[in-house]
Amino acid sequence: MKIVVDFDLCESNAICMQIAPDIFEVRDDDFLYVLNEEPGEEDRARVDECVQRCPKQAISVQG
Amino acid sequence: MTRRSITIVGASLAGIRAAESLRRQDFDGAITLIGDELHAPYDRPPLSKQFLAGDWETDRLTLTQPDKLDDLDLDLRLGVRAASFDLDSRRLGLADLEDQSSEELVVDGLLIATGARCRTLGGAEGLDGVFVLRSLDDSLAIRAAFDAGPARVVIVGAGFIGAEVAATARTQGLDVTMIESLPQPLSRVLGDEMGGVCADLHREHGVDLRTGVGVEAIEGDGHVERVRLNDGSMIEADVVVVGIGVIPNTEWLEGSGLTIDNGVVCDATCLAAPGVTAAGDVACWPNRRFGEVMRVEHWDNAVAQGAHAARRLLVEDDEAEPFIPVPWFWSDQYDRKIQMAGRIGLDDEMHIATGSLAERRFAAIYGRAGRLVGVLGFNRPRHVMRYRMLIEEGVSFEDAIAAEI
Repeated sequence: MKIVVDFDLCESNAICMQIAPDIFEVRDDDFLYVLNEEPGEEDRARVDECVQRCPKQAISVQG
Repeated sequence: MTRRSITIVGASLAGIRAAESLRRQDFDGAITLIGDELHAPYDRPPLSKQFLAGDWETDRLTLTQPDKLDDLDLDLRLGVRAASFDLDSRRLGLADLEDQSSEELVVDGLLIATGARCRTLGGAEGLDGVFVLRSLDDSLAIRAAFDAGPARVVIVGAGFIGAEVAATARTQGLDVTMIESLPQPLSRVLGDEMGGVCADLHREHGVDLRTGVGVEAIEGDGHVERVRLNDGSMIEADVVVVGIGVIPNTEWLEGSGLTIDNGVVCDATCLAAPGVTAAGDVACWPNRRFGEVMRVEHWDNAVAQGAHAARRLLVEDDEAEPFIPVPWFWSDQYDRKIQMAGRIGLDDEMHIATGSLAERRFAAIYGRAGRLVGVLGFNRPRHVMRYRMLIEEGVSFEDAIAAEI
């Protein structure tokens, strides 16, 4: 599974960071950083939740 | 819990996320999703921002891509309104808004997500140029009115919707007057000091903001011409947008056997009656985390509660979990992102954790009875989310003040 963030859409609401802080981090510069772009299958449920909960629908998953 | 079928009434955010949640839980029974608009499920936040500004078109509002919608294998009934429900017989009455036909379904599981509608000002009905903003069609109508180049736009109500519409109109170069009956915008939610920060934001962007004054009448001959205020003043207006809150859509449930009181009354797990749950703007439930009965009108809550209420229909009573979110929302106005998490009371202790009100980039945290209960941020998304996590952890206000964020 590969995480793709559309940074034109992302507004750093940081919902994803709350759900999966080991994968997504909004830093002091208020930009989102993806810490792990290819998490394992065990993380799929959490990543799916990030996709669902993103207010900007900026996150998608390939594979 | 084995269910044959689940009917979801309301095809907006809570309803579609509920349907997706059911399939994710491997529910393979029939799902009927009923919506009273003709549009496929769409996202509302851009309706007061990018879509209203004309920067986005309808394709950007899609909540679920067409192929994913197909995968859900829904019986999707659009342009259909739920007209009645009877808990004992589980009969759901439907009215087709296009051909005026009616129909009755006997439902197994029922999830109510009929949302809310805008309050209106009495007496302004029938005047052209007077709008509310809730639906895609509302936004399209206001957009067309803005495109026509009105000499003056009057916004009634400086809540989040009114404020966002004002910001969009100003960004388009329109003259805007915003009227708020409270002493400051949002002062009932945020208090006068933070309300004042919002007021300054709008005044600096050229909004003629009038606070502490109410609307007496919206007048015109066929088309709106002026707004008369209760301090005797009068404002000429070509376009009026009324944003004075919403009313939960529960009329169709009168006599159903369900309890209605500021929404569909649910237990702590979002269950309104056996096999009946509710989610989103229409649902009222006791949030045990805060010891408070809540009805939450936020985007994020519709997503989370839709999923929760869906799962609730699939589990036995003794397996059901309470729904205990820390409410969170955002509002984009000009270049500011305002976010709030938790519950802010006017008597709470407040501490500016970072930044300053003067630069309008800050996070303020709120404490009650020694606990961290809320956070308000202006352009501080990271802090808001970190403090939201601390609220979930139940930390003391003292520890929240000391926390490294």
